[in-house]
Amino acid sequence: MEDKKVIEVNGLTKMFGDFTAVSAITFDVKKGEIFGFLGANGAGKTTAMKMLIGISKPTAGEAKVAGYDVASEAEEIKKNIGYMSQKFALYDDLTVKENITFFGGIYGLTRSQIKEKTNELIEELGLQDHKDKLVGSLPLGWKQKISFSVSLLHDPKIVFLDEPTGGVDPITRRQFWEMIYKSADKGTTIFVTTHYMDEAEYCDRVSIMVNGKIEALDSPKKLKELHQADTMNDVFLKLARG
Amino acid sequence: MSIVVDSISKSYNSLKALNNISFDVKEGELFGLIGPDGAGKTTLFRILVTLLFADEGKASVAGLDLVEDYKTIRESVGYMPGRFSLYQDLTVEENLKFFATIFGTSIAENYDLIADIYVQIEPFKNRRAGKLSGGMKQKLALCCALIHKPTVLFLDEPTTGVDPVSRKEFWEMIKRLQQKGITILVSTPYMDEAALCDRIALIQDGSLLQIDTPEAIIKKYPKSIYNVSADNMYELIQRLKAYEYSHSVYPFGEYVHYTDKRTHVNTDELKRYLSGHSLANVSIDITEPTIEDAFMELAK
Repeated sequence: MEDKKVIEVNGLTKMFGDFTAVSAITFDVKKGEIFGFLGANGAGKTTAMKMLIGISKPTAGEAKVAGYDVASEAEEIKKNIGYMSQKFALYDDLTVKENITFFGGIYGLTRSQIKEKTNELIEELGLQDHKDKLVGSLPLGWKQKISFSVSLLHDPKIVFLDEPTGGVDPITRRQFWEMIYKSADKGTTIFVTTHYMDEAEYCDRVSIMVNGKIEALDSPKKLKELHQADTMNDVFLKLARG
Repeated sequence: MSIVVDSISKSYNSLKALNNISFDVKEGELFGLIGPDGAGKTTLFRILVTLLFADEGKASVAGLDLVEDYKTIRESVGYMPGRFSLYQDLTVEENLKFFATIFGTSIAENYDLIADIYVQIEPFKNRRAGKLSGGMKQKLALCCALIHKPTVLFLDEPTTGVDPVSRKEFWEMIKRLQQKGITILVSTPYMDEAALCDRIALIQDGSLLQIDTPEAIIKKYPKSIYNVSADNMYELIQRLKAYEYSHSVYPFGEYVHYTDKRTHVNTDELKRYLSGHSLANVSIDITEPTIEDAFMELAK
């Protein structure tokens, strides 16, 4: 992890009418860091993330993602980030290879880049025998791994992962986290939003949102010490219940 | 025995969803079916609540045969499917009334059973079910599954997708229902919820890996587990995997869970090996296995 900041958030606020969904949050994320963004349902995580990826304009405050301002340079941000979610991953009725080609095109890669990346990715995931199979026929864990690799096709500075491993079997889940560690080791910043507390345990640092505000921000180890808890789940319950 | 499952198998075309499954659930027991998505949990639930035929094997629920007595079974069981299956356009109260009427009873008759759950959603009784938050939907679905006073309750992944606070509340509700004498079969992909059950069955790819109490499953774990940490997580995992005596290496939150092929592990030697490969701040401490460790060892 380096000291260079790739996400800088300062007093970021979003209001819907009288309702403050995100209330003046401030934090930084470093290059190569695995940062967990936690909160209960309705705490404001999704609203905050939408601002960070440039699809929702802040009411007040500012944020820079990959060096670009979220309010005025949203298009630049989109080119510099990857996104993966458990809910939307890949097209089930396209093959593995077709999915990679499709997303490569979306991310603006040239034909030769797509070809090169496709071979690289298929080899790395050991999918040589499955590259022409429909994604819909593959096990969930495989889809998640392909989906993560696809979100990295355009070498983004930051990847946003939305509840990436919920429901995945424990061994595949570990393989998935190894892929995340590898990317972080190469300098990619990983921003994970989740309410699965066991995913939180893997992060370098986590923030916990409660009612639109960041109530805690530190490494899982320090948060557990501070709240005298054995797990992040216990920390979360203490904070969210007040 | 409240539920007896005897050699049940089920295939969907070439996919074997359930492979020769057998287990019993005692009366009043809280039994957990623990496994990832695609393990076969929902298929098994659908068979046991008479919505699906098994290809092979037989089973009884509340002393009734699954095939012969399917109509009586439906009166005796409560079923909360994994996907929210209430009427989105009906209000909270209308949904509950609807399910009570279908089962030939009324809300008033069995109110005792649902009272402490229903009071939590009563302030929203005129709201349409589709407009409720995730946690509220779960509570309403549970009320609807209970309104005919079932003796056996089937809860298919009731805590998937809900946040930790709602999850904890939901388990407290399940425990209270068990105290009222209801037999409960609950499924979950969360290994940490296993400890809340009396007994569990670990399931993967349509087969049961083990059936026992959570404590016994942990006790039977065959190896000593070490929490290993160092400055660079990725490098640490690679080095541990390359270590000649390495048996298993799994990232586990801030640590890596490591087991060794040998019975007696020389941790000093392992530490020297890791430090010798430019890893800083190496620490190695023995730790207790979890259900997840047991699951991975069995699934390996």
